[in-house]
Amino acid sequence: MNEAKRKLLSKRYRAEANFKLFGQIAIGLALLFLAVFMYKIFSKGYTAFQKTWIVTEVHYDKELMLIETDNPSLEDLENADYYDIAYKAMTRLDPSLPEEDDRQLIQMVAFTYEQEVKNHLLKNPSLLGKIVPIRLTASDDLDQVHKGNYPRDIPEEDRRVNDYQLKIYDMLNERGDILSKFNLSFFTNPDSREAELAGIASSFMGTVFSILVCLAFSFPIAVLAAIYLEEFAPKNKFTDFIEVNINNLAAVPSIVFGLLGLGVLLAVFNLPRSTPLVGGITLSLMTLPTIIIAARASLKAVPPSIREAALAMGASNMQTTMHHTVPLSMPGTLSGTIIGLAQALGETAPLILIGMVAFVNTIPGTPVDPAASLPVQIYIWSESAERGFVEKVSACIMVLLGFLILMNLAAQIIRHKFERKWN
Amino acid sequence: MNLVLISLILLLGFSSYYFGRKKATIIQSSQRLTALPKFYGYYLAIWCAAPALIIFSLWSVFEPTIVKNFILADYLDQNLTKNELQLIYTKVKALALGTYTGDINNFLDNSAGKYIQIKNMANNAKIVIVLAALILSLSYAYQSIKKNNRMREPVEIFLKWVLFTASLAAVLVTIGIVFSLLFEAIRFFQSVRIFDFIFGTHWYPAKTFVRDGQPDPELMKDAFGAVPLFAGTFFIAFIAMCVAIPVGLLSGIYLAEYATRKVRKYAKPIIEILAGIPTVVYGFFAALTVGPFVKEIGNSLGLEVSSESALAAGAVMGVMIIPFISSLSDDVISAVPQNLRDGSYAMGATKSETIKKVIFPAALPGIVGSILLAVSRAVGETMIVVMASGLAANLTANPLESTSTITAQIVVILIGDQQFGDPKTQAAFALGISLFVVTLFLNVIALTVVKKYREKYE
Repeated sequence: MNEAKRKLLSKRYRAEANFKLFGQIAIGLALLFLAVFMYKIFSKGYTAFQKTWIVTEVHYDKELMLIETDNPSLEDLENADYYDIAYKAMTRLDPSLPEEDDRQLIQMVAFTYEQEVKNHLLKNPSLLGKIVPIRLTASDDLDQVHKGNYPRDIPEEDRRVNDYQLKIYDMLNERGDILSKFNLSFFTNPDSREAELAGIASSFMGTVFSILVCLAFSFPIAVLAAIYLEEFAPKNKFTDFIEVNINNLAAVPSIVFGLLGLGVLLAVFNLPRSTPLVGGITLSLMTLPTIIIAARASLKAVPPSIREAALAMGASNMQTTMHHTVPLSMPGTLSGTIIGLAQALGETAPLILIGMVAFVNTIPGTPVDPAASLPVQIYIWSESAERGFVEKVSACIMVLLGFLILMNLAAQIIRHKFERKWN
Repeated sequence: MNLVLISLILLLGFSSYYFGRKKATIIQSSQRLTALPKFYGYYLAIWCAAPALIIFSLWSVFEPTIVKNFILADYLDQNLTKNELQLIYTKVKALALGTYTGDINNFLDNSAGKYIQIKNMANNAKIVIVLAALILSLSYAYQSIKKNNRMREPVEIFLKWVLFTASLAAVLVTIGIVFSLLFEAIRFFQSVRIFDFIFGTHWYPAKTFVRDGQPDPELMKDAFGAVPLFAGTFFIAFIAMCVAIPVGLLSGIYLAEYATRKVRKYAKPIIEILAGIPTVVYGFFAALTVGPFVKEIGNSLGLEVSSESALAAGAVMGVMIIPFISSLSDDVISAVPQNLRDGSYAMGATKSETIKKVIFPAALPGIVGSILLAVSRAVGETMIVVMASGLAANLTANPLESTSTITAQIVVILIGDQQFGDPKTQAAFALGISLFVVTLFLNVIALTVVKKYREKYE
């Protein structure tokens, strides 16, 4: 082998190694994106599962509560005045503060502090007349300070927590009167304008209802359509047309379905705006082609020998299909359905168009109550300027991703456990 | 009311299944039947419920229009426009339901009375007719249960029709999309010239907002030029493709040709996770992390970067699209027949030379198809742009400035309360139909190309 040939060969080998390296870099990049992404979401979001409380003392003073009877009933406690004792519970933190500056202390807790003082007593009526420690939800700014998400070294006028409040916070923290515990209210509260009170209960229920409505509409129609197209449809132009239609529908941008929901469901059929019912129907139109395609694929995977055996035993075409082919194709159809629903679960734009972005501070009980959904909640919170919402968004994303992982896992399990392998 | 009627029909349907089966069983005890007894039950149930339900739904569809025509017949001699008539009808309806707040004149009051009267009459007539149809068809079907009837066939033919109707659903959805978009878009093009829409370079729909009365036609002419949006859409899709094509294609090739079975088994599903993450999550990521990152880098290079840049949105969109390209191109490359590879290796080519000179050209149609599908995906993507690339429609080719897209503008226009009949709302539908046409075009080409390619090697 002469020198030139050897050079050429080593050049070719180098090109080979480089090409392989490029491939590895590409895969590495894709995985890196995923890793960075997950890291960012988790590192920002996990603090939202902790909630900060301020511990203080409250005196359930009958006089200040305007209770006149000696043995007040629960109803009396319900109607009592809590404003003064709640106020005093907060100002007690710094008795030296002049009265006109009391607001600074009040601002350190959530605006529902009066309600919290009340609920504490209603749960435990024997506390009346006593001085007891109580924990009050800290304001979102203080919450962020406690979690270390809020820079303390910027000039005071740019901060939402002033120097005095920080001083009180440090004092309380030293005394151990700042509590940090699991944030149950994030899961049980509806949406709120205040970050410290906002929870995902309303949007979670909205999502559940939407998905159920979506399932109820899309699954039966899609399965029936798939059975017709795969088992009964004659080969002609019209069948081809339906097939082309389904394939194209699967690739129509989701926002167009939102326009359809707006233009037809709301404007023509006058269904109630902002409700999971309309959201679910809109999403079901979107998942329809996905489920049809999955169901057809799994019908196709049932070997012809099954059909032939049934037909040979004297079953009609319909009996063969309904008794044998369809049950055997169900695992594949179901896992395809779950994957279609998981896609629908993450959709945001169509739901925004049909009005599911309205601010809803009640937990919907039926599919015709106004509601948001988890992805829309992510959008609403991420548009909010308050710092406290950033971790809420990340936490909401974690819940949504958890939901999606569960669904995909379920699809995998159904596929592996129940699907028959034909050889 | 309607719910009660439907449940009644369904209840009767279910119970008639048992009647039919019972009658058949009784016949069976003395004579031989030509079908299983349950088919007699199905037959009766179908005849009981189906005609009644069909009449019920047809009635419910046509009733509102007929009632409306009856009411508005009184107003026809007043020479009103269509919109005014619609407004009157809405008022009459609200008055009848007791939710109307506004001036009431005699004429309206009369109409509302008439509306209630007609509505009641229609309701009663509906119940009578539906139940009559039910009883008639039920008794006919009950009569026809005899030993010699082959009951399986009519039941199966009915089922087949049900299946066929279900398969029309997809067609119906497409028709629904096209008509709802067209209907509003045509009304939009009555107030804005189609030429101004397609070739205008100023998109500023907020300008046309006028409380009461019609907006100034001169303003309208200048507010709805969609060129910045078309340009922005393709610009952001282009940026996304610059990220997605190299990474996606190279990882697809690597997975198909180099990766060991084990790597492939794990790497492929992990990369596909990227496609499963909801777009709103990408939007949040782009707005919160990538946007400021791009801005910081730009500023440190002394560049003017807006915090909501096309680059941030496009890059994140590209990441989202990687798995579409990698999976599809992996599939098409794996589908290239092995003998092409063997032939190339036999000539002494290295693996990468085989890929570049033999496999890639052979798989090219499939790869192009997958890229077109990915472009259509990028064009239709909404939330990333809404959250990360700003909402002002700038006509710019600078990736560091903010731009807007068709989809983002639809959201901007329709978020919050919409008023039908407002040119702004109609503009969203006009944008929607242009989006629909573009993506449909891309999909049809992509699907045809991929199909041709599959046929070549199958």
